[in-house]
Amino acid sequence: MVKSVKKTAEKAYLVLILLLLYVPIALLIISSFNASERNKAVWGGFTLKAYGELIQDEVVMGALYNTLLLAGGASLIATLLGTLVCIGMINMKKHFKSVIMAVTQIPLLNSDIVTGIALMLLFTRFADLSFATMLIAHVTFIIPYVVLSIYPKVLQINPSTYEAALDLGASHLYAMWKVVIPDIMPGILSGFLLAFTMSLDDFSVTYFTKAPGLNTMSTMINAEYRKGIQTEIYALSTIVFIIVLLVLFIINRRSEKLYKLKQESGVAL
Amino acid sequence: MKKLGSMLLAGPYIIWMVLFTIIPLCLILYNAFTNTDGNFTLDNITAITDYVNAKPLFLSLSMSLVVTLTCFLLSFPLALVLSKYSKNKNSIIVMVFILPMWMNFMLRTLAWRLILLNNGFLNKGLGILGFDPVYLMNTKAAVILGTAYDYFPFMLLPIYNALVKIDKDVINAAKDLGATSFVILKRIMLPLSLPGIISGITMVFVPSMSEFVIADMLGGNKVYLIGNVIEQAFNSGYADVHLGSGLSLSLMVLIIISMVIYKLFDKGEGGHGIW
Repeated sequence: MVKSVKKTAEKAYLVLILLLLYVPIALLIISSFNASERNKAVWGGFTLKAYGELIQDEVVMGALYNTLLLAGGASLIATLLGTLVCIGMINMKKHFKSVIMAVTQIPLLNSDIVTGIALMLLFTRFADLSFATMLIAHVTFIIPYVVLSIYPKVLQINPSTYEAALDLGASHLYAMWKVVIPDIMPGILSGFLLAFTMSLDDFSVTYFTKAPGLNTMSTMINAEYRKGIQTEIYALSTIVFIIVLLVLFIINRRSEKLYKLKQESGVAL
Repeated sequence: MKKLGSMLLAGPYIIWMVLFTIIPLCLILYNAFTNTDGNFTLDNITAITDYVNAKPLFLSLSMSLVVTLTCFLLSFPLALVLSKYSKNKNSIIVMVFILPMWMNFMLRTLAWRLILLNNGFLNKGLGILGFDPVYLMNTKAAVILGTAYDYFPFMLLPIYNALVKIDKDVINAAKDLGATSFVILKRIMLPLSLPGIISGITMVFVPSMSEFVIADMLGGNKVYLIGNVIEQAFNSGYADVHLGSGLSLSLMVLIIISMVIYKLFDKGEGGHGIW
C-alpha cells in the first residue's frame, strides 16, 4: 500500500517535470501554426504561412546555415586538437600534464561573457571580426569539453596493447590508429557531440566576436526580438525540435546497438 | 624520441590555448589596469564597489544562488527516480528529460516570453480558470524562472550520472542493516553523488552569475544584472573598454573566490574535484 503510493508520487513527479519542460516548447510550436500575428495566446486559425515564409527568409535561413557550419567546423577542429593532446598526454611528465589540465579549466571557470570579451579584445586589436574569428572563438570555448571527455578514456588505456602492436611489427602510426584510437573512440564521440551542442547553443561568445551582418541562430533571434518576433521564428523552432528529435533517435539507436553488442560478446567494448 | 612525439601531439593544443585563452586574459588584465591614455590606474578595479555596479553584482549573486538552489531541489529527486527506473545513460526516458537542452537557448527563452507576457499564455490560462492575471513579465521572478529552465538539464545530468554509478548492493546492505529511506538518502545517496552535485552546481551557478540576455528578454530594463553592466560597457554609445575589462576581472575573481569557498566548504564532507 505504502509502496504503491510512493510509486504514484514518483510517477506524478516525473510527469510534472515533463510538463514544465515541454509545455514551453509545445507553445512555441503551436504558435507557428497560429494565424494570429499580434498575440499568440489568441487563436486566429490554423496556417502554414510561416513555414513558406521561413524557407524564403534569407536572414533566418542564413543564420541557420551559419550556426550549423560554425558548430560543425568548430567541433571538428576542437575534437582533432583535443584528441591529439590527450594522446600526447599518455607519455607526458606528471607536472606537465597537470599544467595542461589546469589551462583546460580556464574557459570552463570563466563565464561565457568573459571568454567572449577577452577574445573580442584580441581580435579587434589584430584583425577584423569575421567568420574566422567566430570559428576560433567557438573552438576556444568548446575545446575543454572535448579534452575532459577524452582524458578519462586515455587514463584507462592499457599501455601493453600498444606495445604489443609495436612488437608485432606495427608502425607507431598504425598502432596508434588501430589500438589507441579505437580505445578512446567513445570519449572522442561524446566529446564531439558535447562540443557541437555547446556551439549550437551559444549566445554570449558569438555575440561579442561576431562580424557585423553575420548571425547565428541565437544572435539572429536576439536581434529579431527587439524588432518584434515574426511567426517564422516559431516555425524555425518546430524545425529545430524535429532535427533534435531525429539526432537523438539516431544516437539512441546507435548506443543501443553498442549495448547489445557488448552483452552478446561479453567483452568490455 | 617518445617525449618529442608527445610534445608534437600536444603542441597545437598548447599553442591554441596560449594564443586564444591566456593572451586574451592578459589583454583583459592590461585593459583593466590602464586608462584610455595607457597610464596605470586602479579606478576600473575599484569601480565594482560603486553603487551603480555593486547593486547589479549583488542582484546577480543572489539571483544565481536562487536559480542554482531551485535547479538542485527540482533535479535531485528527479535524478533519484530516474536512476531507479533506468541504468543506461542513453535510455529513452533519460533522453526525454535532457532533450530540451538541445533546443536553442534563445528559443527556450522566447518560449517563456510567450508564456509570461501580460496577455500571454499564462494569463490566458488563468483567465479561463477564473483567476486574476499575474504580471510576471519584467520582474526578477520571470528572469529566475527563465534562467532555471535554461540551465536545469545541466544540473540534472551530472547528478543522474553520479547516482546511476552507485552500487545497488550498498543500498541493499544498508536496508538489511535496518536503515530507513531517509538514512539511506542522507548517508549513502547524497555523499556518493556529491561529485555530480558539485559539477551540477558549478555548471548552473557560473553561467547564471554572468547572464545578461535572459535578463534582457524577460526582465526588460527592470532587471539589471552585472552581465548587463559589462555588456553595456562594451556595446553601447558610451562604451568604455577599460571599465568593462575592470568589471569583467572583478566578476571573474568573484566567481573564482566563490568556487574556492565552496570547495573548502565541501572538503569537510568529502573533497572532490569540481569536474
